[in-house]
Amino acid sequence: MFIDPHAHMVSRTTDDYEAMAAAGIVALVEPAFWVGQPRTFVGTYVDYLSSLVGWERFRAGQFGIRHYCTIGLNSKEANNEALAEGVMEWLPRFAMKEGVVAIGEIGYDEQTPLEDKYFRAQLTLARELGLPVMVHTPHRDKKRGTSRSMDVCEEMGLDPSWVVIDHNNEETVRETLDRGYWAGFSIYPSTKMGNARMVELLRQYGGDRIIVDSACDWGISDCLGVPKTARLALESGIAESVVRQVTYENALTVYGKSGQMQASDWLNPPPIDQRTLFEGNSILRGGRDPLVETPVRHRCDSLHGDDLLIE
Amino acid sequence: MTVTCFELLRDWICRQAPDQANWLDDRYAAFSRGANEQDLHLFLGLAPRRLGKQDLMLSPADLALANQAYPGWNPAGWSLDGAARVAALLAFEGPRPFAAMFQDLVRTADARELVTLYRGLALYPQPESLEFEVGEGLRSNMRAVFESIVHHNPYPRDHFDEHRWNHMVLKALFIGSGLGAIVGLDERANAELARILLDYAQERWAAGRQVSPELWRCVGPFAERVSAYAALQRALAGTPTERGAATLALIAADTPAARDLLSTAPDTAALAADGRLDWNHLTLQEAA
Repeated sequence: MFIDPHAHMVSRTTDDYEAMAAAGIVALVEPAFWVGQPRTFVGTYVDYLSSLVGWERFRAGQFGIRHYCTIGLNSKEANNEALAEGVMEWLPRFAMKEGVVAIGEIGYDEQTPLEDKYFRAQLTLARELGLPVMVHTPHRDKKRGTSRSMDVCEEMGLDPSWVVIDHNNEETVRETLDRGYWAGFSIYPSTKMGNARMVELLRQYGGDRIIVDSACDWGISDCLGVPKTARLALESGIAESVVRQVTYENALTVYGKSGQMQASDWLNPPPIDQRTLFEGNSILRGGRDPLVETPVRHRCDSLHGDDLLIE
Repeated sequence: MTVTCFELLRDWICRQAPDQANWLDDRYAAFSRGANEQDLHLFLGLAPRRLGKQDLMLSPADLALANQAYPGWNPAGWSLDGAARVAALLAFEGPRPFAAMFQDLVRTADARELVTLYRGLALYPQPESLEFEVGEGLRSNMRAVFESIVHHNPYPRDHFDEHRWNHMVLKALFIGSGLGAIVGLDERANAELARILLDYAQERWAAGRQVSPELWRCVGPFAERVSAYAALQRALAGTPTERGAATLALIAADTPAARDLLSTAPDTAALAADGRLDWNHLTLQEAA
């Protein structure tokens, strides 16, 4: 059983959902993000947030995967002040929806004053609503951007044990863990973290407060990043308990603080759940039966060696 | 005077969650005095957190009261938090027209919330003003959302024009959703729908597919006008369920040609005459 705590399913196909379910992913967290081009109307952003709590949740449910999300204004679009002001007015309403497990992903991209302004405003919102935070750390000037993100969280009165600093690497992980935050690692080909490197990090740091995710989105990415990393780690001699922590338990612990995510959601789902729209079948056109299997098969069990590597 | 839908909901919720009764009554009283929409949004967010999401527990007597308060209203299958949310909308006296507020609620609703919002449709103030949002819900690809409007909900019977009604029935068939739970299915039957369904059945048969036997319920009364006898004859020769459905449709048609066809199926005709075959029990003979 795995949780992928960072997956942008709005950019993925039903094949991916099918593969994820078959690989043992029982739940995922979809952070609100930049969809590849900027939204230029507040309304399009609102409809996007609405799809995260509605349509995408329904879509995941067809494959027996529980879908949670985080709500936020991402750092890139925070630079459009008119848009940002409008979106900020709608955020509290979405943040209170069921299955919203954090404010995120928020933080810095180019580290501009506007990014800083809306990052702080959203940290305040998270504190007021009692929600965890998912922080996106910048691709450029990463190390300083990561330190600054944590500085600002503390200035705004956040408890580090309620904050996931995501997209860590070898250069940022030590400080993130030492300061008491959760350290997310996105197993994302080329630009973020490869899973052989991840295994070495697990060997060095163990599993406490470390979280593995795929961050799969519209770019070249792998929706099986979590199960493949788990498999590779086990084959490399990492203890099963550590693998379980970083691919399941830690994500559940921190996002479970929202009160909106618990293991019983997928361990004891109602057999037919019309109100939560889980395991219905209208996505599967053409009269196919809904794909609902328990226990799920673990497709990654049959992968070995190079097939498992995400570089 | 009969008790109102709001009062019924309020009583059922407080009976099941007595520890939340004070909070609910306080909120509902505030809403009825005229509150701002932020307070309503907060309440809608808190309802599942404070009450939980379990089924609303209702006795047959409760359901009878519901049907008295609004004919055709059937809250069986509602959730506790859903009932509290609908009651809040019934109590709320806001600054804007109800439809404008409702549009906003639908726009931001999560999946479960959408189902809840649509289940209450018939009970809201100025229900005819919600037509646009209802259309959006009918077009939804989330089956549970579609069914929240279509099943056990008197809104379509009371407010849909013929075109919308007919397309609702047709979509239900397309997505494999039952017709039996549609409130007013027989009352709202019409020749145009019968014609559409007959075409649909023939299209399906031409493709080597089956049709839901429930379809014949909407065709039967208009069998003569839409020339459905050949199709009904084919259904009469089908599976036991199809045979039962065709029999009931021919009885509803009540024409000489229908009676002639019925005489070729004396066994199912006799079951129907005994009351052992009806639209909710098309498979009785298979079980027997």
